[in-house]
Amino acid sequence: MAPLAGVESAIDAVAAVPAAPMSYWRTVGWRLGRDRTTLAAGGGLLVIVLAALLAPWLAPYDPSAGSIRLRLAWPGTPGHWLGTDEQGRDMLSRLLWGGRMTLVAGLTPVLVAFVVGSALGIAAGFVGRTTSTLIMRTMDIFYAFPSVLLAIAISGALGPGLANTLISLSIVFIPRVVRVAESATVQVKGLEYIAAARVSGAGMGAIVRHHLLANVLGPILVFASTQVSLSIILAAGLSFLGLGVTPPAAEWGLMLNTLRQSIYVNALVPALPGLAIFATSMAFNLLSDGLRDAMEVRG
Amino acid sequence: MTAPLLRARGLTKHFPLRGGLLGRTLAWVHAVDGVSFDVNAGETLGIVGESGCGKSTLARLLLRLVDPDAGTVTFEGEDVLRASPSRMKRLRRDLQLVFQDPYASLNPRLPIEDAVAFSLLVHGTPRGEARERARALLGHVGLDPRMHGRRYAHELSGGQRQRVNIARALVLDPRLLVLDEPVSALDKSVQAQVLNLLQDLKAERALTYVLISHDLNVIEYVSDRVLVMYLGEVVETGSAEALAESPRHPYTQALFASAPSMDPDRRMDRPPIAGDPPNPIDPPSGCRFRTRCPFAMPRCADAPPPFVSVDPGHEVACYLYELTPAARG
Repeated sequence: MAPLAGVESAIDAVAAVPAAPMSYWRTVGWRLGRDRTTLAAGGGLLVIVLAALLAPWLAPYDPSAGSIRLRLAWPGTPGHWLGTDEQGRDMLSRLLWGGRMTLVAGLTPVLVAFVVGSALGIAAGFVGRTTSTLIMRTMDIFYAFPSVLLAIAISGALGPGLANTLISLSIVFIPRVVRVAESATVQVKGLEYIAAARVSGAGMGAIVRHHLLANVLGPILVFASTQVSLSIILAAGLSFLGLGVTPPAAEWGLMLNTLRQSIYVNALVPALPGLAIFATSMAFNLLSDGLRDAMEVRG
Repeated sequence: MTAPLLRARGLTKHFPLRGGLLGRTLAWVHAVDGVSFDVNAGETLGIVGESGCGKSTLARLLLRLVDPDAGTVTFEGEDVLRASPSRMKRLRRDLQLVFQDPYASLNPRLPIEDAVAFSLLVHGTPRGEARERARALLGHVGLDPRMHGRRYAHELSGGQRQRVNIARALVLDPRLLVLDEPVSALDKSVQAQVLNLLQDLKAERALTYVLISHDLNVIEYVSDRVLVMYLGEVVETGSAEALAESPRHPYTQALFASAPSMDPDRRMDRPPIAGDPPNPIDPPSGCRFRTRCPFAMPRCADAPPPFVSVDPGHEVACYLYELTPAARG
């Protein structure tokens, strides 16, 4: 009976150890690890971000050093694997350096909007009454303008430059985040566990910190992540229109602008920054989709 | 006779129904209208009524989660509704609420022992001690803290969640517990377990219960006294036995008649009450039950009937019992 007893005690040991309770974020991580599309998008994005970060070491040439002799070289030219632009500058180096600008211009406004928008939205949703009216109606004013028009108008008023692009894009995205934050807060605030916290005598601050934040920041984060690709496109668009980053700095939208006149001479080189914008915003979109699916824990 | 632990007088709450372009108040929903009762220390007061009769609003009024339009709530002679924020925080330790929905009433992002310990932290208990007490109490309500303490609400069954809710309400050592439909979301077999747990806890901790339910079986099983509500008003109060044996108000009679009988010979051949309850936005004049009452008289529409004492401790708001004792027969 000895072997059997061994098996039984092993079974007992297994039964005695309760399956480790999974915290919410561990569940989300576990699900993300099983989602191939999201993993691929995340991997692609990681490559893009690393390439941009490491541009000073990866770029084979100075991104602003041109060569009159070698203008609009086709991709595949020895020494310039992605060709050269209309001033003979190496496209690979410019794309690497341009990625920095574009990513900064795409991510910063969404980050600012996430922080400022969440704070305003949660305040409006939780306090309600006059505070809510004041915040939400102010946001409605910004909401009344189409986002592209608003970004152009603010950038136009502030003048070109990276800092001004960031300011104008932040203003575009804050009202959107506020709306999502407010509705998520109002929804959670009506749930019984918030009432239970009030019955236990907790003040507003403790309720927000311990019960509200963890339950509203998730949905807001998912929404903010969907806005990154739009922000990248808007930032590139502003540069394209001459309202964003100023030449000779490399930025994908700006590169698209200056190369567009050369499209009949060399069709492939002008397409490269466009492809870069497309790939990056697509990766962000897929990632936020995956994040949204993974974070839907109910019941 | 000692003073009651909790006393409600004339509690009234009308919710505005807003609409239109400027959010004008179009109508008022009469959720609770002039409800008065006493709860003595150590007893269980059952409050029974149909869905939408204002039971849950009443629970929220007692706990000051909703401010009433009129009326007072006093706990041990102290006016709950006028208590300063610091006094209120103290009073909250004595007055707790167990919620109806075991799903919405637990924070999905907090392990249950933290959910229970939260109330203690709010009242200044050090973190380690709060967690210890929370774990001890979880064990006491039948959840092994080593097994379940770090689990999240969505990993537990409905009955287990309701045990967590009870532990959360008890962790502050309250004197009075308002139970708002504590078992109506649970399966029958689990209902019995939770009710027995509540009975045991009550005896052990000298608790006083206000139990709100639409289920007469639940009410009869645990209550000492019963308050019958109809459309925001109390229509009859009395001891649980008196109400079960000789319900006086036509609505109470209909309620008891509608409870499914265990005896097949006593099956109903027709529904005891016809129709739906009237809209609480525009309740009937006079006695609110008259539109469905088989004994309605012309005078029922004139003014709400006053309470009449039919037996000591048994009161009913119905004109049928205002007649002379001889005529009552």
